[in-house]
Amino acid sequence: MQRFGLLWLIPVALALEITAVEAFGLEPIQQGIVVLADLFGLHYNSFLIWLGTSLLGLTSGVVGAFAVLKKRSLVGDAVAHAALPGLAIAFMLIGERNFIGMLTGAAISGILGSLAISWLIRHTRIKSDAAIGIVLSVLFGLGIALSRIIQDDPTGQQAGLDAFLLGKTAGMISQDLLTIALVAANVLVMVALLYKEFKLIGFDPDFAAVLGWPVLVLDGLLMALLVFTTVIGLPAVGVVLIAAMLIIPGVSARFWTDKLHVLVPLAGFFGLLTGFVGTYASAQFADLPAGAVIVLSGSAVFMISMLVAPRRGLIARSLLELTTRLRIARQNLLRTLFEAAEENENIDIPITPSVLLKLRSWSPRQLQVLSWWGRLLGEVESHPTGWRLTEAGRRHAAQIVRAHRLWEVYLVEQASIASDHVHRDADEIEHVLTPEILKDLEQKLQAAGRWPATAPSSVHPLTEGEHA
Amino acid sequence: MLSPNTDPSSTAAAAPSSERVPPFEIHDMTVAYHNKPVLWDVDLTVPENQLIAILGPNGAGKSTLIKAVLGLIPRASGRVDIFGKPYETNRSLVGYVPQRESVDWDFPISALEVVLMGRYGHLGLFRRPGKHDREISLDALDKVGMADYAERQISQLSGGQQQRVFLARALVQDARLYFMDEPFAGVDAATERAILTLLRELKEQQKTVIVVHHSLQTVREYFDHLILLNMRVVAHGPMAETFNDDNLQKTYGGRLAILDRAAEAVRQAKE
Repeated sequence: MQRFGLLWLIPVALALEITAVEAFGLEPIQQGIVVLADLFGLHYNSFLIWLGTSLLGLTSGVVGAFAVLKKRSLVGDAVAHAALPGLAIAFMLIGERNFIGMLTGAAISGILGSLAISWLIRHTRIKSDAAIGIVLSVLFGLGIALSRIIQDDPTGQQAGLDAFLLGKTAGMISQDLLTIALVAANVLVMVALLYKEFKLIGFDPDFAAVLGWPVLVLDGLLMALLVFTTVIGLPAVGVVLIAAMLIIPGVSARFWTDKLHVLVPLAGFFGLLTGFVGTYASAQFADLPAGAVIVLSGSAVFMISMLVAPRRGLIARSLLELTTRLRIARQNLLRTLFEAAEENENIDIPITPSVLLKLRSWSPRQLQVLSWWGRLLGEVESHPTGWRLTEAGRRHAAQIVRAHRLWEVYLVEQASIASDHVHRDADEIEHVLTPEILKDLEQKLQAAGRWPATAPSSVHPLTEGEHA
Repeated sequence: MLSPNTDPSSTAAAAPSSERVPPFEIHDMTVAYHNKPVLWDVDLTVPENQLIAILGPNGAGKSTLIKAVLGLIPRASGRVDIFGKPYETNRSLVGYVPQRESVDWDFPISALEVVLMGRYGHLGLFRRPGKHDREISLDALDKVGMADYAERQISQLSGGQQQRVFLARALVQDARLYFMDEPFAGVDAATERAILTLLRELKEQQKTVIVVHHSLQTVREYFDHLILLNMRVVAHGPMAETFNDDNLQKTYGGRLAILDRAAEAVRQAKE
């Protein structure tokens, strides 16, 4: 569609940026770093590395968030591994360690690798996990073989390909920072401008296609952002571990929020934090590969998110599960007491433990705890021979039994069209069913003599309905 | 009188002559997965302002038909016209409700955000939906009885509610021709009724709606026009004339017999 003609502005803008960088050179960047480093009272080199890894983390967090949501977490990993032969070949062609040249080679072979994956999935019976596995390992193997050839060559020692394997932040120079900054700026601007587009092709690409959007172009663009982010991360974090930089921030952020417009910046922030803390840690453990230290720092962010995030975190989840189980246990106790009373046709007769244990699969101990809890809530009163419901307990129990039986009838009558509601809590019945359906079900229950409001004969009224 | 080539956007303002252009025509369409044809020689012209059901057994190619028309899967041959022009030209007149299972409902967005996506076709590149789009989308959510759920994350909605969100998204597309892929599949009774009400409202607004349907029990009550499909169009026409034992037998029963006869015919044609 015509309005997507604007997408041609992207290569134009890139060309302008590269021209500008070549015109001004590294001078202004270096001076800027000196000024800023002074401002923070840091050494020039450590400030440069810090800036580089933080920017890298921010970018990979933002791009990685989209990759994770599109279930493409492992594509970044494959791209990174596929980049290694490109790095080696570029070094062979250029004959020296040229950061931009080698990264271009890495980007090309990374893109070829990702295209190979898509091709395999589309044109053969191979599924995506196997396709990623094949491409990743074959190209990585090729890369290792090529880099060994280079290392054996006397001039090849300086290629520093080992650093690309496991990462080495210490070697970062202003040229590297410039590349990282340039890619980071482009990626972030692109994500900001095309946020709406990336959101839709992430959620429902078919709908985007029906709107006439160039889904393949947009998808390719997102893929290109992923490739470039991966490639600039290679020198710092390394081929083997860069995937973690893409995946961990997005996955961690997902624990904290259900909103994409929060998730993306949060993933960026987590990435930045990972880069920042990781660099600090890798300065403390200078013997360890930087990639490993940075990724381990990221895993701390992940662990904390997984445990303590509200609602989605493990702790919040197990608490929720516990309260749900308690609520169900309480409902079961009330319902069982109520139904046993129905059986007796007198709500005032206490129910003995042996009757309750026969009706439910509780252990005597569980029953003790439950009844203690019921008394605490004022819904159950104890009696020398057993337990019975209090006034409040009766009202609550009648409610529960009513909902439960309506639900039963509904599932029996209309289960075929309600298959997506079977997991619903009986409490929610009024929210799910329309008033007409409820009325119909009520009549059915009454006709069958199972309507709990009138069932047990009692001197006490059971529901508000009977008060009137 | 207007020629069929008249720009439909100029006739969109319900000029009487525009009704002479059928909303949707398929000429000689064949769709194949790899080398296996799933739809053969589909020729269809549907009337305007009707509720039209596509009915057929599993694997008959109902969804495939819609997806091929919308260009989501490639056509091996044939042409599709929307209001007298190629689909690519007139796609802004088309609204779409995909199958609910086709997306990941764990995606971190709210019901309102999904509905807003229906407005994206009216927005340019880089442009964000504005206040006007929000109002339209909230209205649509209200129409499907989901106004209270606008800010709810979509994974917290029931299947029926998710389906209604998809319908609301199609509504804000503000199209003249709608394709809906199994909107009644696996929804609760309340949603089924809400969808039906909505379909009838769309008809009142002079829209044409084509729905992939699976229920022989309800199809007669819900729709005006019927397309019986089983790898080819078995029969199509007004409901009263088309929904009969003979046609249903041809569509559902004796499936193998139909294939055999078709294969026989192909062989004879070649000789």
